[in-house]
Amino acid sequence: MELKITVYQKTNNKRIGKLLRESFSDMYSSRFLAKQLAIRDIKAQYRQSFLGIIWAFITPLSTALVWIILSNSGTLSLTDTGVPYPVFVFSGTLLWSIVIDAINAPMLNTNGARGILSKINFPKEALILSGVYKLISNSLIKIVLLLFFLIVYKVGLHSSILLFPLAFLAIIFFGTTIGLFITPLGMLYNDVGKIVSLGLSFLMYATPVVYVIPKSGLLKTLMEINPLTPLLLTTRNLLFGQHIEYLAYYFGLLAACIPLFFIGLVFYRISIPIIVERMSA
Amino acid sequence: MEEKEVLIKVENLSKKFCKDLKTSLWYGVKDLCSNIITNKNHDVNGVLRLKEFWAVKDINFELRRGECLGLIGHNGAGKSTLLKILNGLINPDEGKVTIKGRVCALIELGAGFNPILTGRENIYNNGAVLGFSRNEIDLKVEEIIDFAEVREFIDMPVQNYSSGMKVRLGFAVAAQMQPDVLIVDEVLAVGDLGFILKCFKKMDQLLPHTAVVFVSHSMPMIARVSNQILFMEKGEAAFQGKEVSKGINSYYSRFNSSDQNTMFDDGTVSLIKYSINKKNNATLQRGEDLNIELEMEFKEQNLNIPFIYIEFRDKEQRPIAAVFSEKMNIEFIDKKLIVSIKIPKVLFAQGVYTYDLSVSHHENKTPILRINNVDVFQIESETEMWVPFHLEADWQITGKPND
Repeated sequence: MELKITVYQKTNNKRIGKLLRESFSDMYSSRFLAKQLAIRDIKAQYRQSFLGIIWAFITPLSTALVWIILSNSGTLSLTDTGVPYPVFVFSGTLLWSIVIDAINAPMLNTNGARGILSKINFPKEALILSGVYKLISNSLIKIVLLLFFLIVYKVGLHSSILLFPLAFLAIIFFGTTIGLFITPLGMLYNDVGKIVSLGLSFLMYATPVVYVIPKSGLLKTLMEINPLTPLLLTTRNLLFGQHIEYLAYYFGLLAACIPLFFIGLVFYRISIPIIVERMSA
Repeated sequence: MEEKEVLIKVENLSKKFCKDLKTSLWYGVKDLCSNIITNKNHDVNGVLRLKEFWAVKDINFELRRGECLGLIGHNGAGKSTLLKILNGLINPDEGKVTIKGRVCALIELGAGFNPILTGRENIYNNGAVLGFSRNEIDLKVEEIIDFAEVREFIDMPVQNYSSGMKVRLGFAVAAQMQPDVLIVDEVLAVGDLGFILKCFKKMDQLLPHTAVVFVSHSMPMIARVSNQILFMEKGEAAFQGKEVSKGINSYYSRFNSSDQNTMFDDGTVSLIKYSINKKNNATLQRGEDLNIELEMEFKEQNLNIPFIYIEFRDKEQRPIAAVFSEKMNIEFIDKKLIVSIKIPKVLFAQGVYTYDLSVSHHENKTPILRINNVDVFQIESETEMWVPFHLEADWQITGKPND
């Protein structure tokens, strides 16, 4: 049998196509590892906790509650959203939390694997894949909750909801792509993670999460530029069975993500050895 | 005999590290950028940037199937860095590593164990990280549990395991691999003797089909498995070759722990002079007589001749031989006592030796004086061996026709 030959040297003068092929074949061959890592983390997450699954949606729910109280008490007067405000705000914060989780997942998982990264040579793409698995499993409960609200507030289930799973996967795809670019720097400097979470918390107000896009003004312009707007709106509109705006932007965004995702994967792949060298463990 | 295939080939391997964290991280960012825009920075190779040093410098070796390279060196000599490069965890700055076949690296056993999951769950996780498929683990899980001898606790969270148990479990999983190249970094030290023997048995089984790189600070272990030595010092190869004993001795010669230590002194006796063959730090040939002369002063006069015990240690501080005085009735007029001990035909193998002295009362063995590392001496011989004794022997080898 012919043995696999591996070469390690400085100038890995490889073509991007070859790296990408390797990246995908590693991702494919590491399905079991990714699943195992995801199961490990999910089990560990719930085994050491009484409230367990509640933590998955408590933050978006509490944000939503604050906004419901603000709106009901008349402190804020908000434009009509077309659906009962609680449903609007719950769906907004829940979907927003999925976006944030998706963006943070690659970095969180790579950081969490520091211990093995510096000791065992395994396909690193498994970390990305296991992040996706974990995202899906953590989001499922949020989605069930969302459907529950849709029924309770009599928004009802529209046929467009059948497209929701695709839109959900699109969110994960978008978030992971962004995450892949943040991860290498974020592994080196803690600042990156902090800046990202700070930035995202501001960005939430430039995204129609808890209120709709205003008719005019600076915020309208900002929101219409913000790539998270079409991502969030389209997904939410599918849920509510509403008319979908910004469809061109939405598809344009996803189309742009495809090459970016490939570049991100290659970037991630070549940066891991550099990070391992610089990090403790 | 036909030479087996070369599985590891290391050519001019070098690696830089940075002494300062902030700078190191910044270089990391630069490396990230320059790696994306490939083919730049050719001129930067081989040049140390500010605050950098060579952690590994210009290492070359070849290892064939069935061979074992013993990698030795002081702490921080670059051994682990070299292993990490061999394992592909970090990229070299210069040079090239070519590895054929499946690599198994025991750099830290049980890496990736989750403390709150059970042993059984961790077998699956660890196995997956090492590249096993689910079926493979399903088949091997019982064998792993038996090998690790932790069946009783296999469904207990790993955080309650002792460090030895974790290592056992980690090794048991890793031992299921059938690697072409095995990299072992000082991981067996935690287990108890029974486990270490088991590990060696496993390694002996693997060795004929595997190229092994073995790092240890325990020279007996190195001598047991290696057939070539790479002794690293400050990242460079200080000794390299197939003479295992020579390599080990060059490692020992870098340590000079020859400081005299008084361990116990009740104040009645003191050692004033000592010599071996009339010298301190003497050098003698193997097979020569060894004459130790000690001069002691007694603070009290009416003391019986005490019991004198001398214990020889080799470079690893292993006690290897001893002599002690018989009961003698000699009155000594002076306060001084001259002790000369002649040991004929010393068969110590080449190397550095020391001895400890202990003086105690003959009757009840209460200690009077105890000094470690009294004196150092060196034995020279034509043959280099790493065992402490090179015994004399008569050999008769004759042929015999088949009956």
